[in-house]
This record gives sequence, structure tokens and C-alpha cells, in this order.
Amino acid sequence: MANETASARARPQFRNLSLAQLATYRLPAAGIVSILHRVSGVLLFLMLPVLLWMFELSLNTESTFERLRTALGNVLLKIVLVAVVWAILHHLIAGIRYLALDLHWGIDKEPARRSALAVFAVSLPLTLLAALWLFGVI
Amino acid sequence: MAIGAKRLVVGAHYGLRDWLAQRLTAVILAAYTLFIVIYLFVARAGGTFGYDEWAGMFAPVWMKVLTLTALLALFYHAWIGMRDVWMDYVRPTGIRLGLLLLTMLWLIFCAIWAAQILWSV
Repeated sequence: MANETASARARPQFRNLSLAQLATYRLPAAGIVSILHRVSGVLLFLMLPVLLWMFELSLNTESTFERLRTALGNVLLKIVLVAVVWAILHHLIAGIRYLALDLHWGIDKEPARRSALAVFAVSLPLTLLAALWLFGVI
Repeated sequence: MAIGAKRLVVGAHYGLRDWLAQRLTAVILAAYTLFIVIYLFVARAGGTFGYDEWAGMFAPVWMKVLTLTALLALFYHAWIGMRDVWMDYVRPTGIRLGLLLLTMLWLIFCAIWAAQILWSV
């Protein structure tokens, strides 16, 4: 804590953000993971009816299963599904990171920053993979 | 809301209980997700995977119970998360209470719907 004083004084101060400060204010990686954890959680909550509706169609009968398969040909629904896949992946991986932080694993500044970047390094390529699969590229 | 000079109207420990419940349900959900992903990879490797295989997967009672348990964990998890979101961003008490009530009723509805879907297979 003692060696922090010099650099801490030189750091820019952001308290109640003014409009002009918004242009220069940047969240650290861990902050971006955190707000996206919340955004993805709310998105999944809002998507619950769509997902349960799809689950119901997929299980009811063979004909509703085929109806869902046809519905999934719709590009708009595919885009929604890519968003859902991203939300699940981000929420899951960031969530595992939070469980680790709760156990006091990697709570120092540098490891915490690296694990925040690792969340994106895992969730974004996997989302891309899922998108390519959904759009029939792979 | 202060009562007297020092006492605050907050329940003892309910914050800790929800904090812990959020994490326990998270662990259940992560484990269930891992299980389903592995199951689907193995099942798909066995050849065609259509309606019969998909519906057959949810036919055994243990799978229905496991899936409903995971979904109940999901709805409880969503309740704690959405409650935190409303408490953080919605200040007017009436609107906040309304949103909390709607969220609660909606999640109960989802839980009943999920059970009905699972047991109709």
C-alpha cells in the first residue's frame, strides 16, 4: 500500500463523471467484463420466453420439432440466437472468474486484469464459431 | 430508512444468504451446462441426431428431475440478479416494487411452464 502513494496521486480522478470526462474515461478490462456480465444476464432473462418456447416446440412432437427447424432458417432468429450464445458464454465464463475471485484466486491487479482479458479470449472466438455453425459456414 | 438514532431497517444476514444462493445456483448451472454439452457431443458422434434422439434424451425421469432442478436453479439465480438490477437502477419505490413483483410472478410462471414442458415428453 505504501508504494502506491506516488502513482496514486498522479492518476486522473473520476468521481461524478462530467460530460467532457466521458470522452476520456475508459473502463479497465475487468470493468468491461463486469458490466457485460450484467448486460448478458439481463439479456438472458428477457430471452427466457423465447428459449422456453423453442424448448417446448423441440420436444412436443415430431411436427413441432420440424416447425422449429424451419423457423430457425430465419436470419433474424439466427442473429438473436448468436446474441443468446454470446450471452451464455460471457455470463458462464465471467461467472467462473467471479467464483475464482470469491475464493481469492487471482485477486491481485495483474492476474485479475489477465483473467478479465482471458474471458474475452475464450467467449468471443467460441461465439464466432457458433455463429459460423448457425449460418452454415462450417 | 432510519428508526430512532441508529437502527436501520435491514434484515440480518439475508444479504449473505442471497449472495451464497447466487453462487450455489451458479455452480449447479455450470455443472448442468457442462453435462449437457458433453452429452450432446457424445450423442451426435453416434450418427444422426433428430427428434427421436432429442426427445429420448428427456424421456427418463432422472433426466426430467435433473433438468427441472437446473431450471429452478436458473430461475432463482435470475431472481437474485434481476432484483439487484432493479434495486440499482430504479429508485421510485412504487415502480421498483411493481417490477420486483412482475419479475417474481414471471419466474414462477416460467418454472411451472418448464415443468409442464418436461413432463409432456
